[in-house]
Amino acid sequence: METAIEVRDLVVKRGKRIVLDGFDCAIHRGSITGLLGPSGSGKTTLMRAIVGVQRVASGTVTVLGEPAGSAPLRHKVGYLTQSPSVYNDLTGRENARYFASLYGLGKAAADEALEAVGLLDAADQLVLNMSGGQQSRASLACAIVSRPEILVLDEPTVGQDPVLRDELWERFRGFAADGATVLVSSHVMDEANRCDRLLLIREGALIADDTPVAVKGSAGTDDLDQAFLNLIRAHEEKVAA
Amino acid sequence: MSPRILRSTIRRIIGQLRHDPRTIAMIVVVPVVLITLLYFMFDGQERVFDRIALTMLGVFPFIIMFLITSIAMLRERTSGTLERLFTTPVGKLDLLFGYGVAFGAVAAVQATVASAVAHWVFDMRTAGSIWLVVVIAVANAVLGVALGLLCSAFARTEFQAVQFMPVVAVPQLLLCGLFVARDQMAGWLQAVSDVLPLSYSVEALTEVGTHPDPTGTMWRDLLIVLGAVILALALGAATLRRRTA
Repeated sequence: METAIEVRDLVVKRGKRIVLDGFDCAIHRGSITGLLGPSGSGKTTLMRAIVGVQRVASGTVTVLGEPAGSAPLRHKVGYLTQSPSVYNDLTGRENARYFASLYGLGKAAADEALEAVGLLDAADQLVLNMSGGQQSRASLACAIVSRPEILVLDEPTVGQDPVLRDELWERFRGFAADGATVLVSSHVMDEANRCDRLLLIREGALIADDTPVAVKGSAGTDDLDQAFLNLIRAHEEKVAA
Repeated sequence: MSPRILRSTIRRIIGQLRHDPRTIAMIVVVPVVLITLLYFMFDGQERVFDRIALTMLGVFPFIIMFLITSIAMLRERTSGTLERLFTTPVGKLDLLFGYGVAFGAVAAVQATVASAVAHWVFDMRTAGSIWLVVVIAVANAVLGVALGLLCSAFARTEFQAVQFMPVVAVPQLLLCGLFVARDQMAGWLQAVSDVLPLSYSVEALTEVGTHPDPTGTMWRDLLIVLGAVILALALGAATLRRRTA
């Protein structure tokens, strides 16, 4: 399988704390990779490094053969931040149109993205007046509006209605089927089962990198929650030894 | 920098303001109210009113645009939109000039309304054309925008951002020659005044007030103000980082 994102020996420090310490991973093109781990484990930092907005101490991040954050990649990468990053004092539609225009795309692309996230009905409300779930969807619409080759989504489904969550996952599956590389962070385990591959990180270290079936197999349980617990314990014993 | 991205960024910033009619109303109405206040304060002392109102027509847009811009830019940072924009094809200059042009246009409306009220309603007299007053006032507003963009880089919170106003604007106001003529200040104060851009815009306005035709000093001062704008924008671009800790 072709590698779309390659992280080699990445070290990121925030203040005196080392968030990622010699992190390595490879993410395959045309797949959905789930990034799992507790809050503060380094998920967001890794995603920021991949989209090129994180200052890194050392190591390399290569995306589609280019260094992360380089100018050509800015046309190919879509990034959803964890808390909605859209303009509160614009409507959902105005936000989507602005982000579409940055890629030279028009109203049709903006409306398509709004429809994809199920926000067409509320598109003319100011983001300020939307519910939390609608705000995240407005933010998601802006991330997918350019149909990027690399889609980095930091907890895209938090607080969404279950039916909608299911639809959003269908969309992500569709993007991957069209050749996009999707990286999704989550801490909901039933979502992890929908990924092609899982990366489990804890305290800046990669604990597992495998398919959901293989992760469960190697942990000797059918339950992902339990599987992760087993893997973390096994990892801690290895570190302690 | 891309003309298309710059254009849509300007449209986006104006769009944000359009959804905030109270801010627009304050931008237009507040200077008029303050000019009105000056008129009644100096009731019967027309020449004093002429001098002070003329200076204030340059100072108000500077202060108001400085505040609005530093808050707007800080909001880009704290809301995460700035971080996201830096993952898109937006260039730093698209963003800085976007704010410069959008708020500059708003400032042009503000300066025109305030100057028109001073001139036609309160009979503020200037030897030169009132339109030159508007031009200098707009240059001042753009200076406020450029300094606001620069200063917002040094503020983490709104509390810090608003406090740059007394730091950046008040010394310029005190030393611009309105309260004490610049040539009567102590030498070191004059030297400080010489490096503050507002001193030049106030001098330019005074030139318009006292000479029927635009003078060489006025053009020179206007160029200095525009030079300060470019310098502040360049420094602003240098302090704007795609990658943050």
